[in-house]
This record gives sequence, structure tokens and C-alpha cells, in this order.
Amino acid sequence: MSQSPPRATHDLGGVEPLASRPIDRTEHELTQFDKNVDAMMYLLSHPSRRIIRVDELRRAIESLPPHEYMRLSYYEKWLRAIHDLLLEKGVLDRAAVENKLAELRLQMSDEAKA
Amino acid sequence: MTIFVPGDRVRVRNDWPEAGPVRVHIRTPHYLRGREGIVERQLGSFPNPEELAFGKSGLPARMLYQVRFVRAGLWPGTGDGSADTVVADLYEHWLEPAEERHG
Repeated sequence: MSQSPPRATHDLGGVEPLASRPIDRTEHELTQFDKNVDAMMYLLSHPSRRIIRVDELRRAIESLPPHEYMRLSYYEKWLRAIHDLLLEKGVLDRAAVENKLAELRLQMSDEAKA
Repeated sequence: MTIFVPGDRVRVRNDWPEAGPVRVHIRTPHYLRGREGIVERQLGSFPNPEELAFGKSGLPARMLYQVRFVRAGLWPGTGDGSADTVVADLYEHWLEPAEERHG
């Protein structure tokens, strides 16, 4: 193919060279953060609620800007995708999320000073 | 929509919805678009994930196939005459019958 196809970020088969890296096959423990994000998705996708379907999660992950897609860890991608979907669906309000984040940042910097 | 059976020669549609103005969610790898392969098996019918991804029902269910492709030439650096093959899961709406080859 003479020009690069309009492929999505995750669609990496045969893409050279920057996007492809050797796969890290070492086992690693799940962190508490990983478990929290997994639990959140379990609750959001549970058949009694079905607020987010796994296909939607996948779509939101694969829609992340390329630099974030390549930089974030597996569960960080999940959390970003869950955040984006909850805003898209109007479950969360953007201003409310930003206010809460500002509040937490302040709290963390106070704790760091103490 | 054509129902394919194992052994049928099919071509993956040479469509690029990603290039259009509408947000899409595509489960067919870019490197298989326009390529020909052989149907390996039917995997059953499932709601279309490309629609489920936008909160739709994905119905009617679409047949999912396993299709085998010769790996050589699929992407740069693989035109090496290797007998390796690539098997991909592809939904019926991405497949069309490939023309018979004569001679």
C-alpha cells in the first residue's frame, strides 16, 4: 500500500516501526487501583444496570488520543474510557468531575505539606 | 446476505469507515481489507459489536466466521514465501464472495 491506511490507533497489525514493541510477557500482581477499576466496570456493566457494555468500553478505549493510548496502562485506559462514557451518557457531569478533582488535588497537596 | 460454508473463497470488503466523518467502531483489521481468504468455520450469530459499541441493540444478529489468509504479503516484511497463515474472526457484513479463479 503506497499510503498509510486510515487505521485506528489500536489496529496495529503490520504497522512499523514506532507503534509496535515487543510484548512484555512477565507476570505481575494486580494493584489495588487495577482491582478498583475492574470492580467499577463490573458494577457498571452488570445486567441489572447495564450502564456500560463491554463493546462500549472497547470503543472508548480505542478512541483515546494516540499518545494516551500508547502511554496509559491497561486499567488506566479502562478508567479513562469509563470516565469518557459516563460523561457521554450524562451519568456524570463534567463540571462536577472537575470540581471534585480540584478538591482532591488540594487535599493531596495539603497532605504533602503536613 | 450470502451464507458462507467452510472452504468458500471470500474477500474482505475494501471499506474504510474510519476515514469518514461518522464515529465508528470497526472489528475488522485494516490489513485484511480487500484481501481474499478461505472460510474456516462458522462461529455462530451474535449481535453486531460495531453497533453495540454505541449502545444500540446490534440486532439482527450477524454470522461470525473464521477466515484463513495466507500471511505472505499481508503487511511489509511478510512477502517471504512463508506458508504461515493468519486466521481472523470476521462478521458477515465484512465479507463478499470472491470471484472464481480460472487457469
